Amino acid sequence: METKRTELKVSALENGTVIDHIPAASLFQAIKILKLDKAKNQVYFGTNLSSQKFGLKGIIKVRDKFFEKEEINKIALVAPTATLIEIKDFEVAHKGKIDTPETVENFIKCFNPKCITNHQAVPTKFKVISDNGEMKLRCRYCEKTTTQATMEFN
Amino acid sequence: MMKKRSLISINDYSKEEQINILDLAEEFEKEPRQKILDDKVIATLFFEPSTRTRLSFESAISQLGGKIIGFTDAASSSVSKGETLMDTIKTVANYSDLIVMRHPLDGSARWASEVSDVPIINAGDGANQHPTQCLLDMYSIRKTQGSLDNIHIAFVGDLKYGRTVHSLVIALSQFNTTFHLVSPEELKLPSAVKKYIKDAGLNYHQYTDLNEVMDKVDILYMTRIQKERFADPIEYERVKNSYILKNDMMENTKENMRVLHPLPRVNEIEEAVDKNPKAYYFQQALNGVFVREALLAYTLGLK
Repeated sequence: METKRTELKVSALENGTVIDHIPAASLFQAIKILKLDKAKNQVYFGTNLSSQKFGLKGIIKVRDKFFEKEEINKIALVAPTATLIEIKDFEVAHKGKIDTPETVENFIKCFNPKCITNHQAVPTKFKVISDNGEMKLRCRYCEKTTTQATMEFN
Repeated sequence: MMKKRSLISINDYSKEEQINILDLAEEFEKEPRQKILDDKVIATLFFEPSTRTRLSFESAISQLGGKIIGFTDAASSSVSKGETLMDTIKTVANYSDLIVMRHPLDGSARWASEVSDVPIINAGDGANQHPTQCLLDMYSIRKTQGSLDNIHIAFVGDLKYGRTVHSLVIALSQFNTTFHLVSPEELKLPSAVKKYIKDAGLNYHQYTDLNEVMDKVDILYMTRIQKERFADPIEYERVKNSYILKNDMMENTKENMRVLHPLPRVNEIEEAVDKNPKAYYFQQALNGVFVREALLAYTLGLK
């Protein structure tokens, strides 16, 4: 007789990366930032999972993929609470928090419609600033501040 | 080779460097015609017209003996054929020793400085920065008050959108300044700019009535209130006359008080005030030439 499953069954990773504790609302942004929507690897994700610490969380598992530090840190903008777990031979090889980068280049759009980066082929560059706990981006060119509410991805 | 030293934003220069520029400008005021740019070609690229700023720069370059190439608005340049800013700057950098540029887009000057092999002086990039205006304002304050410290300054008019006001508030926050901010409710100084004042441990006071500050201040910095800044045209009609400076309002002001204005003026200072010895805005414009001479010399590594 078949037992009733109470959890989603996802095969364990032999090698790869698990990103846990992503705020549920940011899951798809995180996937986009890490370009997993275009990846050839096997990617599993779940969202609106209950978490004691965070309410509703999202989780991503990517098979056979280890991220460069500067690559994974990009998601700090939308998921500063995320936990990074690297799996090698079914074992946890590394577990850690992600760090907020000092600068962010290229993948976010400046919200100022009059900024040169929105008119000519100029790659965006921002300095990450923290204002009462909220992460904001100060444009290197127009010097205006893009907030979480006005953030758009290139 | 001298280090390339563009001036894009007032914050690019330390307080010491800013003071150094003011000291240099003082030298040029004593002797404005020094032929130090004799063998130099300076490009003045005005992607949008700004007659006052351009003439001030071109006068400064001419008085120092430099040759000028450039254009006075984008319509008469290759920009109208669709050339990118990067290509224009790279090309002109081949023809000149320094580029002075004005451009309607925010951040254009910083981008230009990254692709140019010669220094760039920002003569205004959209609503972002206009550092030479800021330095000439500082020069005018120091010259009329003898110091940049312990000054009470009132900013009057459009404090929300005025790029000139924002830069000057930030620059003066490096000194012991007390700020008196006079504006209609909808044109108050943005909190991001007030933060500079607070972070420096300085004080500011906000008013809607210009008369309240007249006897308190050493500098009265007037600005234009533009009709298009108001969502409600009735509101504009209601406030437009409350920020007009008239001679009778000047009676009980301090002896050392001076009136500054970045110009052009529309009607916010009555013409009768021009003859008042406390009116300083035309001398302020003249000071712009000395400050720009100092900047040309400094950015080229000649002084």
